[in-house]
This record gives sequence, structure tokens and C-alpha cells, in this order.
Amino acid sequence: MNHTAAANQNMGANDPKGFASARANVLRPGAEAVATKGWLAANRWLLLRRLSQLSILALFLLGPWLGIWIVKGNLSSSLTLGVLPLTDPFVLAQSLAAGHLPYREALLGGGIVLAFYLLVGGRTYCSWVCPVNIVTDTAAWLRRRLGLRGGKAADTRLRYWLLFFVLGLSALTGTLAWEWVNPVSMLHRGLIFGFGLAWGVVGGIFFYDLLIAGRGWCGRICPMGAFYGLLGRTALLRVSAGQRARCDDCMDCFAVCPEPQVIRPALKAIGQEHPLILDHNCTTCGRCADVCSKNVFRITTRFDRSES
Amino acid sequence: MNNQQTQRAGKLQPLPRRRFLKEMAGVAGGACLLAGGVGLYSKQASALPATAIRPPGALAEADFLSACVRCGLCVRDCPYFTLKLAELGDGVATGTPYFNARAIPCEMCEDIPCVAACPSGALDRSLTDIGEARMGLAVLIDQENCLNFLGLRCDVCYRVCPVIDKAITLERVHNPRSDRHAMLLPTVHSDHCTGCGKCERACVLPDAAAIKVLPIAVAQGSRAGHYRRGWEEKDAAGRSLIGEQIELPVRGMEAQPYGDTRLRPDGPQVPPPAPPAGLNSGWKP
Repeated sequence: MNHTAAANQNMGANDPKGFASARANVLRPGAEAVATKGWLAANRWLLLRRLSQLSILALFLLGPWLGIWIVKGNLSSSLTLGVLPLTDPFVLAQSLAAGHLPYREALLGGGIVLAFYLLVGGRTYCSWVCPVNIVTDTAAWLRRRLGLRGGKAADTRLRYWLLFFVLGLSALTGTLAWEWVNPVSMLHRGLIFGFGLAWGVVGGIFFYDLLIAGRGWCGRICPMGAFYGLLGRTALLRVSAGQRARCDDCMDCFAVCPEPQVIRPALKAIGQEHPLILDHNCTTCGRCADVCSKNVFRITTRFDRSES
Repeated sequence: MNNQQTQRAGKLQPLPRRRFLKEMAGVAGGACLLAGGVGLYSKQASALPATAIRPPGALAEADFLSACVRCGLCVRDCPYFTLKLAELGDGVATGTPYFNARAIPCEMCEDIPCVAACPSGALDRSLTDIGEARMGLAVLIDQENCLNFLGLRCDVCYRVCPVIDKAITLERVHNPRSDRHAMLLPTVHSDHCTGCGKCERACVLPDAAAIKVLPIAVAQGSRAGHYRRGWEEKDAAGRSLIGEQIELPVRGMEAQPYGDTRLRPDGPQVPPPAPPAGLNSGWKP
């Protein structure tokens, strides 16, 4: 009892227990932002993100649906306008680990994608491109709305181990090990080429995130996200809590953030002075900027350390 | 209380080593289990069903699975919609290209667009002549229902073969059932069959075809390398390696060539001996 009271008093300060309980209490993060900023401004980055995800998907679907072949293939490897090859570097890494040296196109395509995400930030793939993001975002939204709590979430480091073992397994079995089960490629390929039973895998992730572990797939298990996360250390595009002086500790950003642990160092100046979120697991989704009624956050570059 | 507080405050400091190692071991073990499950599943799921034929130029199955990134570019560039990407539940490694010859066979395009489209090298670009493709091997697998084996002149598989008279020939043999007709048996030759599957597609049987394209590993036995084929050795040496054979005369057939045991109408007519009775009489036709 004593502890809880102390935790509540400390809420919003340095006490992690305070954060946890407050976060669980937020059922509708962003409601205040909608009231003060208007619905459109309070969903700006979310809408842009959905637009980005759906337009990329649409580019792939224009061919098979309408016969307009701008992009052929799928996210694993594609050819745009007959000239631009793009290949998923994670798939490529598995193939290399399996002992196959791909043709120049695949290597070139992988290099282009790799360079892009090194520049922009690896996990922008997760929030701006990956189709599973829509599934897990929906699960997270529903989990909040239904007030579901508890469950058992895996350790956030599981993904790195899984990435390590998946590459090892590729070497051991001589196959692209994760591609046997990868829900990201299964969902994208399924939408373009036909699903079969892959709906089951996507549904499994939805219900895992909804019922067992909030943000459990993208934030803890997905080795593809871990791979792209490792590309995030040099990202130019970063979120800054530039107006952190205005923060009123409403916890909305923590409630919507798919990787809530990345916010604290920047927002509360813990272990760093500047307000930039430099954690490589920040997906630069901008949802924190959306739901903040005080406009604390902005998407900017890693060189922008100003607090204004 | 004091101790508890320091422990809670310690959350921001590096974890004590023992706890850290214990946690790490748990996480690593969990990841290892997950990866192990994936590995076992992949082993189980990498078995290719015999009706699933890989595109032309595909590497051997094990190498193919290390190379194919499952992008579907070969499927997109196949002008006849032959190729499709395996969906989960098809029994083929999910996302990899294959075709079912009975549904749509390979039309053997001269420019082999599927191979040109492959960015990974799972389809080998050293294949430039589609005649050299070895997608599988046709096997006339059902000799009980094949119409030619029944003595009819169906010949459809032979007629549609793009490598007619090389990959499939009609071999004339005596029809023992009628005893006065010939059977022309479609016969596949592995040194020319590309495995395109047009024969399987064209087979006139109502459901399953009598001739089927199978993966080469299923269709073909391994060559018995330790056997010398006498006739090949003879051709290579220009003479028989075992010297002249002794010819023993056959009584009553001295006038005929050695080995020709047929009775001549103008020769001495020997009535066939009456078969002795009993199981162990030793009589042979």
C-alpha cells in the first residue's frame, strides 16, 4: 500500500513503476491532442504512414490487378520500371549465410535498400513500409480500447538472439531459414500472389499481440525488425523531444509508442543531455508527435539538438 | 526497506552480473528453441511433392532453397501463366516457384524469360538453350491404362512432344495379346527430355495422366558405375573383349545361323514333343 502511494506520487518522474501504472491507465491516448489540435493534426503522421504503406502495396498490386506494371515482385525482391532492382537485405543475408552468392542484381538491389535504411533509419521500414505493422498496430489499438492487460511478453532482446540463430540456422540447413515462417514476407506475398493458409500466420500474430503480449511481435520477436534496427544507428531522420519543457506527463506518448523504452532518455534527459531519440529501435513512426497535445515531439534530423 | 530501495534504484544501473547472465541464458535459450522449431519445420517442409516441377534452369533442389528469395519475378515474366508461387499449404516450400504439368505445362520459350528475370541465381543463367533444360523427366508410369500399351494408336504424348523423335520415340514391339499386331510404345529418352510436361498435359486419359513428369531424382535410378557395358566396351575397343565365342551345333539346325532356332517350313519338320506330365518335367516353351 505504502509502495503504491509512493509510486503514484512519483508518477511521471523517475519511477518506472509510476510509468507502468499510468501507461496501463491510458485507454484512449491522443484524446486530448484531438481536442486541442484537431483530428487531422493529431493523426498526421499516422495518416502519412498508412498512406506510405498502402501506396507501396498499391504499387505492387497495380500489376496483377490492373495490368499496370510499375513494380514487379514483392518486398523480398522487386524490379521497378524494368530497371531498378530492390532486394531485402535481410533475405539476402540469409541467402549468403546459406552459402549462395546471388547474382549482381540481387546484390545491387540489396545494397540500395541497405544504403537507404542506413541513411534514413532502419526501422522506418517497420513503420512506413512493413504490411504487418498495420496488423500489429490494429492489435495494439484494440488491446488499449478493450483495456486488455497482462499476458506474457518476451524479453526485448529475444529478437537479436533470434536473428543470430536464424542466420546460423540458414548456414546449418542451407536454406533461407526465416523465410519458411516469416510473416512479413508471407503477408506481402500473400496479398500479391495468393495466400493459401498464410492468413493463419497473420491471424496468429494479431491475436498474439492482442491477447498475449502487447506489441509482442514487432517489439520483441521479429528478427527482421531486429535486423533493420541494427541499421538504425546512423539514421539521419530522428524524433526529437525538442519541446520537452512543455511535457505535462500525460503518458500518451508512452501508451502509443511501439518501443516505449526509447522515449525516456530524450524526454526526461536520462543519460543524455540532448532531446534526440537516438535509440536504434525508434521506428520514427511519429505517433508520439501525433498524440502529444503539447507538441513536444517533432520528426527532424539527428543534427537538430535544439530545444525550441 | 533500505535494501529494497537500493535494488529498485539499481534498475537504472547495470544489472548484477549473475542476474544478467541468468536472464540472457533464458532469452538465448528461448530464441534457440524458436529457431530450432523453425529448423525442424523447414526440414519437414522442404520435401518437394513429385507433381511440383521447378522452372527451367532451377538449381538442384538443395541449392535452389539456398538461393531462391521467393520474389515471384519468374512467375511474373512467364507468358503462359505456367509458373506459380507456392502458397502455404500447397506442400511446396512456401513462396517458391513451381508448376503442375497436368494443369499448365512449360511452353519452352526460346528466350527463357523466367530465367532472365531471376535476380538471385536460383534459376541459372548459364541455361541459354531451352532444349538443355532438365525440369524433370517424363515417365510413362501407368502401363495398364496407357492406350498405346493397350494396343491402340493414341500417340498423343509422342505427337505433342517439342523434342519429338528424340525425347519420345515410338518403339514397335509384338503385341502378345492379339499375337498378330504391333504395339507402338511411347518411350522417353532422358538425354533429350526437358521435362516440359506437354506430354502429361496432353495425355487423353480423363483425370490423371498415364505419362507424368517427375523430378529427375524420383524418375531416374543412379547409373551402376561399376558395371561395364559390353557393347560399349566393344565399340570403344573395336572388337569383342572376350574373344570369339565358341559356337556349339544345335542338333537338327546345323543349316541355320547360330542362334536362329526357328523351325523352317522347308527344313525337317520336327513335331513338338509331347509335354511330359508333372510339375518338375523341366519343359520350357
